[in-house]
Amino acid sequence: MKNRITEFLVGLIFGMGLIVSGMTDPGKVLGFLDLAGLWDPSLAFVMGGAIAVGVFAFAAAKKRTTSFLGGAMHLPTSHDIDRRLVVGSLIFGAGWGIAGFCPGPAIVSAGAGQPKAIVFVMALLAGMWLFELAERMSHRAPPTQTGAR
Amino acid sequence: MLIDGTHFTPWAALAGGVLLGLASALFVLLNGRVLGISGIVGGLLRPRAGDIGWRLAFVLGMLVAPSLYWLVVGPTQPRIDASWGMVVIAGLLVGVGTRYGSGCTSGHGVCGLSRMSPRSLVATLAFMGAGFVTVFLIRHALG
Repeated sequence: MKNRITEFLVGLIFGMGLIVSGMTDPGKVLGFLDLAGLWDPSLAFVMGGAIAVGVFAFAAAKKRTTSFLGGAMHLPTSHDIDRRLVVGSLIFGAGWGIAGFCPGPAIVSAGAGQPKAIVFVMALLAGMWLFELAERMSHRAPPTQTGAR
Repeated sequence: MLIDGTHFTPWAALAGGVLLGLASALFVLLNGRVLGISGIVGGLLRPRAGDIGWRLAFVLGMLVAPSLYWLVVGPTQPRIDASWGMVVIAGLLVGVGTRYGSGCTSGHGVCGLSRMSPRSLVATLAFMGAGFVTVFLIRHALG
C-alpha cells in the first residue's frame, strides 16, 4: 500500500510538472515544433530542466541492485538501434506534430476533463491495443526490455 | 528564425522541467523503473499479475494533477486547434508509434537522455524530427 501511495504521488508530481511547464497546452508544443514560424523555445527549457535533475538520479540508479523501497531495478537492457525504434519514433513524432499531444500531457488534460484530450487518449489506447494485437499475431516474443519506457 | 516573444516562458518551462526530472528521479530510485508514460500505460494492455496496481496508481496521480493545479494556481487555457478527426488520427499514430518505438517524450526524451542511452537519443531525434516536419507540412507547405 505504501508503494501505491508513492506511485500516486510521483504521478501527481509528474502531472504538475507537465502543467507548469506548458506541455499540456498543445498550442505551446506546436509553437516549439514550428521552426519555420514564430518559434517558442520553451520546450527545450523543459527538457533541459528535467535532464539536469535526471542525470544525477540515473547515475545513482545505475549503481544500485535494488530500489530504495527494496524492489528490483528494472532499467532497460536493450541497446539495439533497429528499424522498430526508428520507424516507431517517426510515427509517434508525426502524430505529436498533428495535435500537439504526447501521451503524458494528453492523459493529464483528460484528467482536466478536456473533451479533445479524452478522445485523444481513447485513440491512443486503441493504437496501443492495435500494436498488442499485431505483436500477438506475428507470434514474436514481446520486447525483452523490462520496465516502462 | 524568429522567436515568439509572447508565448516564450523560459522560467515556467524550466520549473516544470525540474518537476518532471524530480518525478523521474523519485520513480527510478524508489520504484526502480524508467518513468515512461507510453510504457506505463501500454503495460495495462498486456496485463500480468502484480503488474497492474502501480501503473494505475501512477496514472491516477496524473489524472488528479489538474484538479490540484486548479485549486492552488487556477484554471489553464490550452489551445487545441486540431479538428476532432485529426485528434483521432494523431492519437492512433502516437499509440502505435510509441509502443513500436518503445517510448515517448518521457521514457526516451527525459529518462533516456538522462541515462545517456544512445538508443533513446536516436528515438528522440527521430520523433522530434518527425514533429518538426509534420508541423512544417501542416502549417506552411499545405496550410
